[in-house]
Amino acid sequence: MKLRFSRKHLCVPYAVFLALFVIAPIIIMLYYAFTDRNGAFTFMNFGKIFSDVSTISAILTSLSVAILTTALCLLIGYPVAYILARSGLKNSATLLLLFITPMWINFVLRLNALKEFFSLINLLDKSPYVNTVIGMVYDFLPFMILPLYTTLIKMDNSLVEASQDLGANKVTTFIHVILPLSMPGILSGITMVFMPTMTNYVISDILGRSQITILGKLIENHFMQSNWNMGAAISMFLLAAMFLFTWFTGGFKDDGENKARGSGLW
Amino acid sequence: MDDKIIELIGVSRQYDTTLAVDNIDLYVKKGEFVTFLGPSGCGKTTTLRMIAGFEMPTSGQILLNGKDITKIPPYERPINTVFQRYALFPHMNVFDNIAYGLKLKKVTAVYENEQGERIERKEKLSKAEISEKVKRVLKLVDLEEFEKRDVTTLSGGQQQRVAIARAIVNEPEILLLDEPLGALDLKMRKDMQLELKDMHKKLGITFIYVTHDQEEALTMSDTIVVMKDGTIQQIGTPMDIYNEPKNAFVADFIGESNIFSGTIVGDRKVKFINHVFDCVDDFPLHEKVDVVVRPEDVVLKDAGEGQVDGVITSSIFKGVHFEMAFTVGKTEIIIQDTVERKVGEKASVFIDPESIHIMNKEFVSNKYDGYITKKNTVCFADGEFECDVTKLYPNSRLDEEGYLILENGEKKDLTDVDVEVEVGLKDIEIIDNDEDGDACGSIVSIIYKGDHYQIIIRTDKEEEDFVVDTEYAWNENDRVSVKIPPEKIGLKLKQAEVRK
Repeated sequence: MKLRFSRKHLCVPYAVFLALFVIAPIIIMLYYAFTDRNGAFTFMNFGKIFSDVSTISAILTSLSVAILTTALCLLIGYPVAYILARSGLKNSATLLLLFITPMWINFVLRLNALKEFFSLINLLDKSPYVNTVIGMVYDFLPFMILPLYTTLIKMDNSLVEASQDLGANKVTTFIHVILPLSMPGILSGITMVFMPTMTNYVISDILGRSQITILGKLIENHFMQSNWNMGAAISMFLLAAMFLFTWFTGGFKDDGENKARGSGLW
Repeated sequence: MDDKIIELIGVSRQYDTTLAVDNIDLYVKKGEFVTFLGPSGCGKTTTLRMIAGFEMPTSGQILLNGKDITKIPPYERPINTVFQRYALFPHMNVFDNIAYGLKLKKVTAVYENEQGERIERKEKLSKAEISEKVKRVLKLVDLEEFEKRDVTTLSGGQQQRVAIARAIVNEPEILLLDEPLGALDLKMRKDMQLELKDMHKKLGITFIYVTHDQEEALTMSDTIVVMKDGTIQQIGTPMDIYNEPKNAFVADFIGESNIFSGTIVGDRKVKFINHVFDCVDDFPLHEKVDVVVRPEDVVLKDAGEGQVDGVITSSIFKGVHFEMAFTVGKTEIIIQDTVERKVGEKASVFIDPESIHIMNKEFVSNKYDGYITKKNTVCFADGEFECDVTKLYPNSRLDEEGYLILENGEKKDLTDVDVEVEVGLKDIEIIDNDEDGDACGSIVSIIYKGDHYQIIIRTDKEEEDFVVDTEYAWNENDRVSVKIPPEKIGLKLKQAEVRK
């Protein structure tokens, strides 16, 4: 038999990788999530998620941190992206770089620096919740700015002119034209920030000094205490929630228009 | 009677170092269809954008109905624009796009209260009013069934109509159109031209239209403003602009033209292509002029029967007519005729005096055909002049025997090489007697130009002219000779020579 190499075979390494490190772990997790300590099939683990007070409080804390962080990122990021993209600044690309470079510095390093800064101004022990949110905003802001910037810079300026030409002042133009047209950027920015903030627990560990428990921390605790079944169940629950969230924000919507407006970049 | 709807007074617009619009004065009458016509970069779009309010003039004033609107933002001007690439809002359907302006509009409503007092109130239009206006305008642009359609699903032509509808539904005083048909195919463009013209008649709104397409301008406009390099070249009706172009640029830009250099040689007599033609324009004797003749105005006759004989050198079928090139000596004349003549056929041309359009020529330099002699001098205009032949090739030099050594070491004999000679008007020195100069002739014209005289010296044999700017006054018919410093003689190889 002749061995023939075709382009299709280039996918093989990735397929192997995917099977070993993504699909297999999910199957293993599913197994643990639906079994008890003795390996018998059960729904109990999922039942516990909604009955255990500490789990519910962790979910609520995570949700509130994620929503607050996303909202703050949007509030801070939109004006920045808007000014960078539309004010005709000569060095807007350089300025954008300034906002993005922090992403290139090691994440743990940055957080420890921030922690030192907090303790310097005596903020570290005040509120672990506030510290966590500040840390999250600090960390994920570039992920909000970048998709917003790409959407805004690609927006056809004649649309803005058309709006003014038809009698809309600057505020009306912003509300009726610029904001709706930057929606794809807003949505991908929200997705980019909301999802990681739901699960990230390194930030709350370092800046909140492990005093608040969010979902990611809870999962870690379960695994550390050898309660694999519960940890796996919460992980699966989180995965399903993320899936739903992405579906709602249209992250799976694959229409050409979205791509053309720059959100496809993400 | 003051029926100017918009007036531009001394308007300039500068970007960094470039002057996009240079001190233009212009007015548009109410109800007119005006077209700004010019090549790209001539400032026509900038002018339009200043009227719309998207750009502020660097200096000057824009008046609307006599009121200064220079600093008023676009949303407060009763002017609407149809954009080049339509600029329809992609997140709205056809209805919402068109209703956009109406929803923002406030009209003054008058009420009478119980005491019988009149109360004026600014009110938004009601939904029913908006809907009715949108429907009416959709009918006008032939898109009645499209209200709920997403604008991104429309064809180019349909988007164009929506863009027009969106602008005119607001009943602006002026409608600005920025090359609105540029993105359409030829057939559609022709249809839309007529529709726009029709719409203009029906609506009675002033249209200001920007295009680089001269045919479009001629078809649609009441008035054409021809622009070049940020300045206005000519303002007139399409007929005026076509038949009486003010300068060679306008003639060349509007329709096809033959443009020749000519000289006035008598009362309503002009000499070009080595023949004296009768003409109808009255210009001073000896004036150097540009002569414009439209290709369709040249009549081809059998050899010997016309004014000038020559040979047909090319012929292309263009649908309705043939476009033929007719060569007289070194000059080519483009002729349009429905009867074809074969290439190589000898023929003769006749040009009616009415068809010869004469316009002032702005002199920048004297140009001659010449050749290099054995002694590395140049012969032109009945004279022999010392010159710097190394100008012909970059980085070349002369060896002891007078051969030119090129940059790559090649040895070149320049004898009898044809060259183009260019001499500046101020670089020619006039000498009082026949012998001392390099070429001689007599003064045929002296024109005082404010701070200097422009003198034309015609040589005896070949009747070539030297145009000279000088501070000194001379007399007509004086016998003089001319001298030109060698470094001031510009030399260029004839094209054919370069190709060798």
